[in-house]
Amino acid sequence: MLTPERGAGAALPRALPTTTPMLSVTGLRKLYGGRAVVNDVRFAVRAGECFGILGPNGAGKTTTLRCCLGLTHADGGVLELGGLPVPEASRIARYRVGVVPQFDNLDPDFTVTENLVMYARYFDIPARVARERVPRLLEFAGLTDRRDARIDALSGGMKRRLTLARALVNDPDVLFLDEPTTGLDPQARHLIWDGLKRLVAGGKTLILTTHFMDEAERLCNRLCVMDEGRIIALDTPRRLIETLIEPVVVEVYGEEGIAAWAERHARGVVDRLEVTGETAFCYMHDPEPLLALAAAEPGLKVLRRAANLEDVFIKLTGRDIRD
Amino acid sequence: MNRRFLYLVERNFLVWRKLLIPSLIANLADPLIYLLGLGFGLGALVGRIDGRPYSTFLAGGMLCFSTLNSASAEALYSAFSRLKVQRTWEGILHAPMTITDVVVGEWLWAALKATLSGTAILVVMYGFGFVHGLAPLVVVPVLFVVGLCFSGVALIMTTIARGYDFFTYYFTLLVTPMGFLSGVFFPLHQLPKAVQGVAWVLPLAHAASLARGLTLGDPMPWPWSSLAVLFLYGVAGVAIAAWCARRRLTK
Repeated sequence: MLTPERGAGAALPRALPTTTPMLSVTGLRKLYGGRAVVNDVRFAVRAGECFGILGPNGAGKTTTLRCCLGLTHADGGVLELGGLPVPEASRIARYRVGVVPQFDNLDPDFTVTENLVMYARYFDIPARVARERVPRLLEFAGLTDRRDARIDALSGGMKRRLTLARALVNDPDVLFLDEPTTGLDPQARHLIWDGLKRLVAGGKTLILTTHFMDEAERLCNRLCVMDEGRIIALDTPRRLIETLIEPVVVEVYGEEGIAAWAERHARGVVDRLEVTGETAFCYMHDPEPLLALAAAEPGLKVLRRAANLEDVFIKLTGRDIRD
Repeated sequence: MNRRFLYLVERNFLVWRKLLIPSLIANLADPLIYLLGLGFGLGALVGRIDGRPYSTFLAGGMLCFSTLNSASAEALYSAFSRLKVQRTWEGILHAPMTITDVVVGEWLWAALKATLSGTAILVVMYGFGFVHGLAPLVVVPVLFVVGLCFSGVALIMTTIARGYDFFTYYFTLLVTPMGFLSGVFFPLHQLPKAVQGVAWVLPLAHAASLARGLTLGDPMPWPWSSLAVLFLYGVAGVAIAAWCARRRLTK
């Protein structure tokens, strides 16, 4: 596990009063061509928390993160990162921040080790100090035996882990991760999750965007759901499921006529019904009447399960494809 | 005084150092090919210019043209790779660095690399016996200013470009005509008076005048003004480039 070690860049305020949020966003608004892509967004992230921003493509997640980092200027709202006003003091605030961007931007002209050392330099960390930190960062990322590899020789998962290690060169208080596991296979994804859990256990604050519900459910203490630039729900994953959705889901698969069957038989015994393609999604408190009806109909396949975050997400943002 | 732009220079230097040998060979081979091909080949037909062999005259112009080419290549193609293709700038901007730091760092780096290319020509000139003694070495810091001038202007193109194709226009429509207008390959006084007037608005004529004056002892009409023109082009260029980069990257 990484332990704090201060570089030259740490001659800056470090300890925040415990009541001050690590990040606070109030009334954030960002316009593109007159259209609000982020609209009246407000949330606060406490120190040591893992906070998730969920949303379909184009919901405004990345723009929100970029505003928080001072990389793009908001059209309205008040932002504070690590107790410092953004964008006015965003450069100073970034001394205590690590960023894992959505698309890898590792330096392809350098090896794995050189990437870490050079990136530390941008934080005013002397090269000698940076080189001392490298072995522990490589160990954290599981890249010790790749220390001298070229970037284009790394797999997608290794690049992500190196990007995560690079975001830790300054031993930040808070990490921003924009879709940290998009495009990775399940094994690589689990490795990243393990790393992130260790960081939270070590006291780091994490702010991540994702559209993977299992990722959000596993990692986040609290999360918000964004759609069309607005936050439409914000709570712990468990409370979102408890308060926003019926507890039981029965998925009924049939070939033709599932929509007609569902309308005729299921509608009356469920709380909510959605049909897409050959599947009827039935949401309810007591599944027994529906299960009995479905059993009477040969040719139907039935899956009964507990409601999860994905159900909440679909309920809030709809089933339409977003591009 | 903020010196964060030096991290960009450091980064580019470390990458350059990895390819040191091929880079130095290219720096020397390129001007040698020009001087041998044009200087001795064409020189046999041209005879003497302003009282000296054509190859010597050409070498004086090549000091600047080589610096110009090197500054442009670095500030256009290499910087654009780091801006767009490799997303290197984006990564750096997630650290406590600003867009101005990055653009100024690229500017200085391209000028330093260009100075090296120009100096390679000077080495060749010493080798052929075109110049003697220590006095011509004073041209080296002037070549740095020439590098600042052309990398500053090139960075504007880089920060507004959508792809590499854009740079072909820059070379075809600006650099090459300027090369023929500015007394690099033949003396400026060959051209009609009106064209000469245009040439003195462009920075390359000032660079060529300074380079020949300092190495070969040709008369320099306005040495300090020439230096100021080059410097102002460079500073204006990098300032506009930083503005364009901010517009492009913070939207």
